[in-house]
Amino acid sequence: MAVGVWMSFIKLTKFFIANWSAAPFAGLDNYKLALDFNGAMGQSLLNSFAITCAFTILVVGFSWLFGMGGAVVLQRTFRGRAIFRTLFLVPYAIPVYAGVIAWKFMFQRDTGAINFLLGDNLHLIDTADKPFWLIGDNAFISVVVVTIWRMWPFAFLMLMAGLQSIPEEVYEASAVDGARPFRQWRSITVPMLSPVNRVLVLVMFLWTFNDFNTPYVLFGGAQPPAGDLISFHIYSASFLTLNFGFGAAMSVLLLLFLLLVTGLYLFILNRRSRNA
Amino acid sequence: MRETTGSRWFRVVVLLFLSIFTAAPIYVMITSALKPLGDVQGNFTWWPSNLTIQPFIDIWSTVPLGEYFVNSLIVSTAATLLSLAVAIFASFAVSRYRFRGRSVFTTTVLSTQMFPGVLFLLPLYLIFININQSFGIQLAGTRTGLIITYLTFSLPFAIWMLAGYLDNIPKELDEAARVDGASALGVLFRVVLPVARPGVIAVAIYCFMTSWGEVLFASVLTTQDSRTLAVGLGEYSTQVNVYWNQIMAASLVVSIPVVVGFLLLQRSFVAGLATGAVK
Repeated sequence: MAVGVWMSFIKLTKFFIANWSAAPFAGLDNYKLALDFNGAMGQSLLNSFAITCAFTILVVGFSWLFGMGGAVVLQRTFRGRAIFRTLFLVPYAIPVYAGVIAWKFMFQRDTGAINFLLGDNLHLIDTADKPFWLIGDNAFISVVVVTIWRMWPFAFLMLMAGLQSIPEEVYEASAVDGARPFRQWRSITVPMLSPVNRVLVLVMFLWTFNDFNTPYVLFGGAQPPAGDLISFHIYSASFLTLNFGFGAAMSVLLLLFLLLVTGLYLFILNRRSRNA
Repeated sequence: MRETTGSRWFRVVVLLFLSIFTAAPIYVMITSALKPLGDVQGNFTWWPSNLTIQPFIDIWSTVPLGEYFVNSLIVSTAATLLSLAVAIFASFAVSRYRFRGRSVFTTTVLSTQMFPGVLFLLPLYLIFININQSFGIQLAGTRTGLIITYLTFSLPFAIWMLAGYLDNIPKELDEAARVDGASALGVLFRVVLPVARPGVIAVAIYCFMTSWGEVLFASVLTTQDSRTLAVGLGEYSTQVNVYWNQIMAASLVVSIPVVVGFLLLQRSFVAGLATGAVK
């Protein structure tokens, strides 16, 4: 217990150490630099922030959609249900780097499965002029797809666990009243899952926004501008250009932003549940 | 309940799409691991024409994978056991006792989920160096250092999840045991823990998987001797050739223990997650 408190406080104070041991004392200069959106540093931070927002919205949205789809179709028992459930959980269980490295191989321009599928199998793209997936603008699509692949089983797992607590009788009663499946989903499943959804969306948002492992393994040391996610941005500012103070300042800003969003999110939800 | 044709089609389409999406990388991983090097460097083929198990033999000599395996195993197991030990006591306290700062504690624990990992990396490194200078204990680059690091970020979630689980175990159970003369510790070990087994298993799985798959801290805080699988896997491509078939084979080898373990224990994990994280 004491260890837990002690650790969480260590965490809270660590960035102060980072700031003062990166002496000489810079005051708020690093923050000014990061927030000066007309300067080059501020501009690139803003850009990275925008990319990360788009990335997070896409990943959380699709992961939730896939997870919900998977959980709903597996709600009813049928033959082979266990096989699908097991298969869907594999991406969650695979270590990050192993899963992402398989995708990296698939995204290779000349030897990868994606270009082969699109070009030689489906003839959607010109085989003589295959696109690069890991550099240039396509990198954004790649990192989104890979992160959804890794994230949606978690949504699936949570929603499936939540669905188990909805009694079957509710569906039967509504079926007697003539409710169609979609109507049942909208009026029974979604409202009854709202406690699950509340936690799920928040946790997925935080994990996705802070995700470092996926872009790091997928792109290696140098990230393409289109896949410049915020935690990677901070990493390269700190460890590749060795501007530690600036990196720490950006981390603190990111933390403040996440605290703000989470606080707002919880506040709105609490008020809504109190009104209801 | 009778199933309409519409919902059956919906089910088939959804399952088909999700299965292909999920299985494609796994399929590519398995088939590519069975191809000779020449085949993975040329055009991609869906079906391996020259089957070979050579990559599975070569992975151990190209890179000292065995050592990395041992390192990963030690680090992950130690981090899991330690965080379990701490989390069990901490969550029992949070769930059973009302004390000052309790809500502060739970909020702090939850808010650590918000921290970007990069934020800790440098401070942690500096702290390790400081400790080395003042106490002469080498932490940076050792397995001990890595275990402590993993502990700091798997612990908050573990406490939070387990406390949620313990909240659902009726307090009457504790009280009955207390009446029968059990001490607080006796209640925890004889009554609460046996009931909370799915929750404990879920937390253990979570901790082990986080440590096993962590890349960022492992890449900065390890040296050649303490390197874990997460970093070691990258070494297949830093040399002259990119040994894609061996990378895939090695990925398979490192994934199998955790995937199998997870799938065997998934029922407890789902149960623990459902009651623990969702209140």
